[in-house]
Amino acid sequence: MAEKFDVIVVGAGPSGNSAAYTLAKAGLSVLQIERGESPGSKNVQGAILYSDALERMIPDFRDDAPLERHIIEQRMWVLDDESYIGSHYRSDAFNKEPYNRYTMIRSQFDKWFSERVKAAGALVICETTVSHLLLDGERVIGVMTDRQGGEIYADAVILADGVNSLLAKKAGFHPELQPKDVALAVKEIHFMPQELIEQRFNVKGTEGVVIEMVGKITKGMMGTGFLYTNSESVTIGVGCMLSDFKKQGTTPYALLEEMKAHPAIKPLIQGGEMKEYTAHLIPEGGYNAMPPIYGEGWMIVGDAGMFVNAVHREGSNLAMTTGMHAAETLIELKNEGKAFSAANLKRYQAKLDESFVMKDMKKYKNMPDVFHSNPQFFNDYPEMLSNAARTMLTVDGVDKKSKEREIRGTFRRRRSLFGLLGDTFKLWRAFE
Amino acid sequence: MHIVVCIKQVPDSAQIRVHPVTNTIMRQGVPAIVNPYDLYALEEALRLKDQYGGRVTVLTMGPPMAEAALRKAISYGADDAVLVTDRVFAGSDTLATSYALASAISQISKDMPVDLVFTGKQTIDGDTAQVGPGVAKRLDMQLLTYVSKVRSLDTENDEIVVERRSEGGVQVLKTSTPCLITVLEGNNEMRFATMANMFRASRYPVKIWNKDEAGIEDVTKTGLKGSPTVVSKVFAPTPRAVKAEIIQCESNEPGDLSVTLLAKMFNKHPKLEKEIAKRAV
Repeated sequence: MAEKFDVIVVGAGPSGNSAAYTLAKAGLSVLQIERGESPGSKNVQGAILYSDALERMIPDFRDDAPLERHIIEQRMWVLDDESYIGSHYRSDAFNKEPYNRYTMIRSQFDKWFSERVKAAGALVICETTVSHLLLDGERVIGVMTDRQGGEIYADAVILADGVNSLLAKKAGFHPELQPKDVALAVKEIHFMPQELIEQRFNVKGTEGVVIEMVGKITKGMMGTGFLYTNSESVTIGVGCMLSDFKKQGTTPYALLEEMKAHPAIKPLIQGGEMKEYTAHLIPEGGYNAMPPIYGEGWMIVGDAGMFVNAVHREGSNLAMTTGMHAAETLIELKNEGKAFSAANLKRYQAKLDESFVMKDMKKYKNMPDVFHSNPQFFNDYPEMLSNAARTMLTVDGVDKKSKEREIRGTFRRRRSLFGLLGDTFKLWRAFE
Repeated sequence: MHIVVCIKQVPDSAQIRVHPVTNTIMRQGVPAIVNPYDLYALEEALRLKDQYGGRVTVLTMGPPMAEAALRKAISYGADDAVLVTDRVFAGSDTLATSYALASAISQISKDMPVDLVFTGKQTIDGDTAQVGPGVAKRLDMQLLTYVSKVRSLDTENDEIVVERRSEGGVQVLKTSTPCLITVLEGNNEMRFATMANMFRASRYPVKIWNKDEAGIEDVTKTGLKGSPTVVSKVFAPTPRAVKAEIIQCESNEPGDLSVTLLAKMFNKHPKLEKEIAKRAV
């Protein structure tokens, strides 16, 4: 006799865990299926945890969640081959509890989250892959797993199966992912003594620093680099659009190797012992590339639905929020005695439209296109900025006015006045 | 028929590293797995159950987290699982562990008499291969070690025939049950759990026994007190300083190969050459 649940959640990342947790807490019967050996074993993220989304579900998460450092300083670096120019924002306001942002290690964090999901009453089954959705006409009525006797039924299925979302693709809910809509990111974790991190980044206790990087480290490809401080390690990584990697013929690990050798970055990771290397796709196609996110008896949450704000490097918070809203939709419908039909599940879309999730997705909807067609943002500008700074800061008997003229001249030569104005306009439109 | 399979949760030794300075084992962050040899034992037990019917109970002694190993065993098809866990067991060596397990097996057999006890050949963290034999001795059971396969079981006459790997080949042995069998790797492969068993495993209430429930009569025989073994030092072996050498040879003929090899050896050990030459006369 096949099992039947109110809801099956496929995947145990932040979106799936949020959905399963919220559903189980409300008393629905929930089965969560994860293909990894344990929740988190296949999940990869930078990783920054933005407290807000999690706090809305689990207000006391700080008591026992495995968090690394709370962020008190954010650096934005624009790099050329030998320099960086950038801004640092550090504030003691970030030292006031409750902290707003943390670095975390996802394999540990996801395990913790999953324990909370189980404690809330959901049944979690790992090492089991959902091979396809069971359909009755258009309606999703359950899932088929790769195990003998694998059919399991449910009134609704939440697809939290990550960036590739093979299940939704197989069911025909969306077409194959396009290389221009996904970034490929690689990262390494370098372990070093806590004192060394404190000295190097000028922090104490659980304070931490994040560095976001753009510029020539991505060789003109659309992408960014990052460096995060954990308790006893430093995470360093870089990600670029898959289509750009393809076009350039560059491999991600080679890019990371070069980035690690950059004179501004090398000293920060020196002496560390590399213990982990991971790679992952990030859905960065933005609003215009989003698949439909609900239908007859199904909803898509998290990466599977392209819920990533690439400009602000946010993803897990969108994942958690979509997971929570998907769950809340089902809870409401169940309480009202309504079916999980597409017409009723539209409420999920409405909830997201009202939240920051869709507002942000829409705000930056043109960003991917702007950056795709204007590689100068990742190549020329970093170099021009760096040259300008060097010109101004080099004391060599030339008066400042002449230096300014020279800088303006370089900018115009490299991009032309029209190009500069055009770029400004494009960026303004995209950010508007 | 009732089979008890003793398993142990161990750190995945493939992922253990030795600290380069202190030479101690770094267990931090190393995932816990079921001792691989125990899985061969469990699979062999499950096959017997498939063929002859009966019940398979998995048993472990360890910290509360060892429950995960038992749950895994349930997902493969074991019927019952018992976790013996108590502070008094902390620091047990093989002598104390076999005492605790033997007591627990006696308790289990009160529910249904135990015909067979299976264990892995050894664990991958202790590598002693002593606990299985220790349990057999304490329970006064026949002991069969290094068993690669159970050939047949005669439930009427309480006899079992197994294949035992030995240096010269394979021994086929027959003994009477109840007996304890330690199982070798390589003759069977753990099955892929069915969906129904996955559900069962995630819902199964593992029996958790403290020292009293496990029937421990003499606490001084458990834990550190009952453990005469002393680990005086743990160290990582230093890699060999001498590197392997590749010897070039003109042809591939066996004769030429041996001449080249001998010349090389004699070149290094002229004494040896003289000695052999003397004896050849």
